[in-house]
Amino acid sequence: MFYRETGQYKTTYSADQALFPIAQDRYVIYAVLFGTFVVVPMVANEYWINAILLPFLIYSLAALGLNILTGYCGQVSLGTGGFMAVGAFSVYKLMVAFPELGFITLVLISGLITAAVGTFFGLPSLRIKGFYLAVATLASQFFLVWLFNKVGWFVNYNATGMITSPPMTIFGVLITGPSAPPAAKYLLCASIVAISALAAKNLARGRLGRNWMAIRDMDIAAELIGVRPLRAKLSAFAVSSFFIGMAGALYFAVWLGSAEPTEAFDINQSFLVLFMIIIGGLGSVLGSFLGAAFLVLLPILLKNILVDGFGTNIALAAHIEIMTIGVLIIAFLIIEPHGLARLWRIAKEKLRLWPFPY
Amino acid sequence: MNFFIEVVLNGLMAGVMYSLVALGFVLIFKASGVFNFAQGVMALFAALTLVGFMDEFGMPVWLAIAGTILVMIALAWLIERLMLRHLVNQDPIILFMATIGLAYVLEGLGDILWGSDVKLLDIGIPHGASDYMLDTFDIYIDKLEIFAAVTAAVMVAVLALFFQKTRTGRALRAVADDHQAALSVGISLRTIWIIVWSVSGVVALVAGIMWGSKSGVQFSLSLIALKALPVLILGGFTSVPGAIIGGLIIGVGEKVAEVYVGPMVGGAIENWFAYMLALAFLLFRPQGLFGERIIERV
Repeated sequence: MFYRETGQYKTTYSADQALFPIAQDRYVIYAVLFGTFVVVPMVANEYWINAILLPFLIYSLAALGLNILTGYCGQVSLGTGGFMAVGAFSVYKLMVAFPELGFITLVLISGLITAAVGTFFGLPSLRIKGFYLAVATLASQFFLVWLFNKVGWFVNYNATGMITSPPMTIFGVLITGPSAPPAAKYLLCASIVAISALAAKNLARGRLGRNWMAIRDMDIAAELIGVRPLRAKLSAFAVSSFFIGMAGALYFAVWLGSAEPTEAFDINQSFLVLFMIIIGGLGSVLGSFLGAAFLVLLPILLKNILVDGFGTNIALAAHIEIMTIGVLIIAFLIIEPHGLARLWRIAKEKLRLWPFPY
Repeated sequence: MNFFIEVVLNGLMAGVMYSLVALGFVLIFKASGVFNFAQGVMALFAALTLVGFMDEFGMPVWLAIAGTILVMIALAWLIERLMLRHLVNQDPIILFMATIGLAYVLEGLGDILWGSDVKLLDIGIPHGASDYMLDTFDIYIDKLEIFAAVTAAVMVAVLALFFQKTRTGRALRAVADDHQAALSVGISLRTIWIIVWSVSGVVALVAGIMWGSKSGVQFSLSLIALKALPVLILGGFTSVPGAIIGGLIIGVGEKVAEVYVGPMVGGAIENWFAYMLALAFLLFRPQGLFGERIIERV
């Protein structure tokens, strides 16, 4: 009843092929965009933005990138942490060397650099598949983190091995460093994420996205009907790394402010992002956001309940937290292996018929 | 030359230790197609339980080991009951993620039960430099590593016998070969899974004892899983001899590279070198050295 498309006539092909052909979807998107860009900046305080909204947005972007590779193209990658590090370190080097180019350009360039690195590390995917590939991508994770630790040039020969983002401004507003207004940081990340999500959704329904999905569903059959595996797989690696690189750049420059490769980009980041897309839903743009929201909020929620609610000591709380996350992940995979996005799809079906059963 | 031999020998010994962990992976993957990321944490959990039994309850070594084996079997039963049973027929990646969740649970549980401080594990395994090797050949080898190598050899022999000669072993091989065919001749998949997880729990215990005696029982023990992964892809996920030989290749390659190449690029390359080595092999044999040939049909 709430989600009926009856009576929505399409009179042109472009209307029929629109990104959101159903009017209700469009209203929801407009409402979400309005909420994101108008309501949230007005009501959110600094704690909310720094502790919840920024990590949510940045991890959504990373999850979006990985979802393109793993969800749409079917190539499991455990190198996300390493690729985020590439984005972070390239934006750092660029910010120091060419501050006059403007922050957004630099983020885009660092995305492109990450795309190049990702394509290179995607080359083995032409030869190896499945878990062999997943383990092989770990090579990039460990190698890249090692590289940033060992080569002084990447940290501008800073003895501590840390990188700290220099102050950058957009339209005269400071957006990096601790003194930047949180709302500005938030708006910047939200804009980049919104545009990327739109781009991802468009890519996924076009020729490229269809090629990816054909490769995912069965690569030999795809090859037989004329999808080029080389192009499809490497383009998936490139696009995915582009988003992950931008996420890494924002992660370091806007959210953390300073980072150190071993801690900030270790293998747990790779697993975290992989969990996000699996819990959110493989092969779904919405799923990337839902998964990121779930895994960003869950630890904060658990910590608040355990430490503030029951007064557990922090060490014990950390152990209980990690156990609970483990249990929840297993429970989640058992109950809904297709992720939160699938729950949303079921909800839409229900809304369409409600209150009638058929 | 003497130094080179010493490096290679030490690499072989380290390789045996990697193989011990990789073995547990292979057993589970063969029998259930599950890529068990929790194997490293299982080794940690087993070692923690063993130390806990010995220190907190004052059990003698043999009793503590028997107790730990019982705990690992109970754990296998629980895993089958609560997790695997509900995940039948899911995508491999879902099962893989579930085992990462399992790794988190075991990590938290081990810390809550036994505390997270570094513990010493001493069950009377000889350690220190082997005087005989040092005197006769002027080569430094730790006795503990020789002991580990012998244990690994014995374990592989026992496993091979178990797989070849016993009824259960035959059932295990049948399941590894074809789940559906095995089911249709009356083999219970659930029992097999419990057995296989128990066996790899015991393998994890052995790995945990060896690594724990070497470097203390602490969280970093669970990271040996990451060391075992290149061994696995090199040897092939489905091959027990592959795990051993892969371990040896990785061990030697890593040590040689560390000593001869490491200083040139600033050291600490052992984190990624094994992966690159395995990757280089994979480019020529995508299913690993001993893995079953992947045949795909449309």
